[in-house]
Amino acid sequence: MEKRVVFNNRWLPYLLVAPQLLVTFVFFFWPAGQAIYQSAFIPDPFGLKTQFVGLGNFEYLFGNRYYLESFSTTAIFSVLVTVSSMSFALWLAVLADRVIKGSSAYRTLLIWPYAVAPAIAGVLWLFMFNPFTGIIAWMLFQVGYVWNHNLDGGQAMALVVAASAWKQISYNFLFFLAGLQAIPKSVIEAAAIDGASFWRRFWTIIFPLLSPTTFFLLVVNVIYAFFDTFGVIHTITQGGPQQSTTILVYKVFADGFVGQDLGSSAAQSVVLLVLVGILTVVQFRFIERRVHY
Amino acid sequence: MKKYIAAGLVAALMSSVAPASAATQIDFWHAFTGRLGELLDEQVSKFNASQSDYTVVATNKGNYSETLNAGIAAFRAGEQPDVLQVFEVGTATMMAAEGAIKPVYEVMADSGLPFDQSVYLAAVAGYYTTTDGQMLSLPYNSSTPVLYVNKDALKAAGLDPEMDLSTWDMVGTALDALKESGSKCPLTTAWQSWVHLENLSAYHNVPFATKENGFGGLDTELSFNGDVQVKHIDTLGQWAKDGKFIYSGRRNEGGAPFRAGECALFTESSAGYAGVKKEATFDFAIRPLPYWSDVEGAPQNTIIGGASLWVLEGQTAEEYKGVAAFFNFLSSSDIQAKWHQDTGYLPITMAAYEATKASGFYGENPGTDISIIQMTGKAPTANSKGLRLGNFDQIRGIIDEELEGVWNGAKSAKDALDSAVSRGDELLRRFEQANR
Repeated sequence: MEKRVVFNNRWLPYLLVAPQLLVTFVFFFWPAGQAIYQSAFIPDPFGLKTQFVGLGNFEYLFGNRYYLESFSTTAIFSVLVTVSSMSFALWLAVLADRVIKGSSAYRTLLIWPYAVAPAIAGVLWLFMFNPFTGIIAWMLFQVGYVWNHNLDGGQAMALVVAASAWKQISYNFLFFLAGLQAIPKSVIEAAAIDGASFWRRFWTIIFPLLSPTTFFLLVVNVIYAFFDTFGVIHTITQGGPQQSTTILVYKVFADGFVGQDLGSSAAQSVVLLVLVGILTVVQFRFIERRVHY
Repeated sequence: MKKYIAAGLVAALMSSVAPASAATQIDFWHAFTGRLGELLDEQVSKFNASQSDYTVVATNKGNYSETLNAGIAAFRAGEQPDVLQVFEVGTATMMAAEGAIKPVYEVMADSGLPFDQSVYLAAVAGYYTTTDGQMLSLPYNSSTPVLYVNKDALKAAGLDPEMDLSTWDMVGTALDALKESGSKCPLTTAWQSWVHLENLSAYHNVPFATKENGFGGLDTELSFNGDVQVKHIDTLGQWAKDGKFIYSGRRNEGGAPFRAGECALFTESSAGYAGVKKEATFDFAIRPLPYWSDVEGAPQNTIIGGASLWVLEGQTAEEYKGVAAFFNFLSSSDIQAKWHQDTGYLPITMAAYEATKASGFYGENPGTDISIIQMTGKAPTANSKGLRLGNFDQIRGIIDEELEGVWNGAKSAKDALDSAVSRGDELLRRFEQANR
C-alpha cells in the first residue's frame, strides 16, 4: 500500500518557497526591471536631471555600426571559445579516462586552471604575448612572425579566445571525465568484442551517451563566453584594436562605467537580456531534443 | 548578560560623544597608489599636523575612472566625500554637474581665506577655469608631453647625441639613421591621442574642437581633422609602415621598452621622468616636444594632462572652511616645489617654480624644467587653453581605435580622423542631450 504524506496547511508551501522567491525578485527581477525603466531615459551621471527619450536609446544603438558589429564579434567569440574549450576538454578527458597509473595526479593538474580568476588569466596570457617583452611573442619573432595584438584584430581575437577557453577547459574536463566514467563499461566492452575500433566506439556509443553532459556544458559555456570573459578582455585588449574584441557585455561596461552613459548602457543590458532569453529557448527547444538521457 | 549590554551601551555612547569635540573631518578620495600615494599621504599628514581644526582623511578609490565612478555613486547615495580627484578628461562631466559640485572660487570666497588666482600658472589653471576666469577645481597633478631621448642609441646609430630634435623633420632624419643602423624601435609613444592630437593641436595653435575647444558651450564639434593633424598622423603612419614608429599601446605601455633601452625616442608625459631616471641604465635626455616648423606660430604652448581636485556639494559650512584651508596649504610654494621635484608633475604656482629654480634642482636634473618652459613660453590662446569635451574618455577611445587603423595600414590618416570626428561628434551630441 502506498503511503503519502499530505500537508494540509495552505500557507506552508508559500512560506517555504518565499526565501527563494525573494532572492529571485531582489537580485533578478528588480534589477532587470530597473534596466528596462532606465533604458527609456538619458540621465546625467550624477542623477541630477534626466530626459525621457522613449525608444531613443535603442534607435541610437541600432543606428550605430559599431554596436551592430559587436553582435557578430560576440557570436564569433562565443562559438570559438565554446567549441575550442569543449573539444579540447573532451580530448583530455578521453585520454585521462584511459590512463591507469597516476591518473589522479593528471586529473588534479588539469583542474588547476579553473581556480584562476579571469582577470589573472588575462594578465598571464598578456605576459606571454606582450609584443615587446612576452616570451611567446619573442619566439614567434625568431621564426619571422610579428606578433602585435595591439594592432592586429585577428591576433587580439585569437589571444582573448585562447585565454578564455584555457580557463574553461578544466571545468569542462571535470564534467566530461565524470560523464565518461558513468558510461557502463559493459556496453563498450561488448562493442569491442564485436570488433568496433576505438573511434567507432567513440562516435556510436560514448559520444551519444555523453550527450546530456555535452548539452549541459554547451549551455554553461555559452553563458560563460557571454558574461564571464569580461575580465579577460578588460585586462588583455580593452575591447580593441578598433573594437575587434568588443563583445556585447564589454560594451555595456565601457559605455556605462567608463563613459558614464547610463541610458545607452541600460538599453544594451535590455538587448542582452532578450538575446540570452532567445538563446536559452533555442538551446532547450531544439538542441535538447537530440540529447539522450 | 544585562550588565554587558549596559556596559556596551555606555561604551557606545561615549565613543559617539567623544569625536564631537575633535576636529572636523574632511574626506578626500583620490586615485593614487604606490609612490604617488605615499607622497599624497605625506602631504595630508603634514596638513593634519599643521593645525588642529580639521582632519583630512585620504582614501584611495582605484584608478581615475574608478575614483570618478565611486564619487558619482556616492553622490547618488548622498554619501559623497568633500574632495574628489578627477582626471582632466572628466572635467566637462564635472562642470556640467551643477548642483553636484561647489566651484573652488566659491569655496575660497566663502571661507574668507586669502585667495589670489593670479599666482597659479595660467597654462595649468586655465584648464580648470571658466571662460570668464573663475577657478572651478584646484589643479593638483598636471604634466605635459615631452620627448625622451636615449643618447646611447643615437650614438650607436652614428648620430650626434646632442643633435637638434626640435622639429619633426629633424626627428625624421634621426629615425632614418636609427632604422638604417638596425634599431628595432626608433620611436614610440605613450597616450597617443593626448600627445599626437590634443597637444599637437594646441602646440600648432589649431582648434581641436569648435567653441574654444568646448570652453564656449556644449554645442561644440570636433575639428581635429584639419591639415596640420592629417599631415602629422599621415607622417606617423608612414613611419609605422617603415618600422620607424612602433605602436606599443593606448596608455603608457611604451615606457617599459624605452626604459629597457630598446626604443631610441619616446614621447611621454613629463611625469614619466621619475621612472626613467630610476630604471634607465643608459644616458638619456629630455627635450621639448617636436613641432612642424612650416606651421605659422608653432610652437605655441602644450596643454596639460593629469587631475584636479573638485569640491562636492552637500557638506557643512565648517567642512568647506576646512577644504579651503587644505587647498591653501596644497598651493603653498614649499609643498608645491617638493611635489614638483619628487614626481615630475608641474608646479601649480609660479612661486613654486621660482623656489625650485633657486634651489638648483634644474641644474642637477637637466631637462626637468622643459615642461614648464614649454607650457609657459607663450600666453595660451583659445586653441591652447585646454579641452572641455563631454564623454571625452569615450572619445579618446574612438580616437585610439581610429589611429590604430592608421598604424596597421588599414586606413589613411584623413579617413581615420574624419571618422573619429564624426563618431566623436555623436557622443558630444549625446552629452549635450543629457545635460540640457
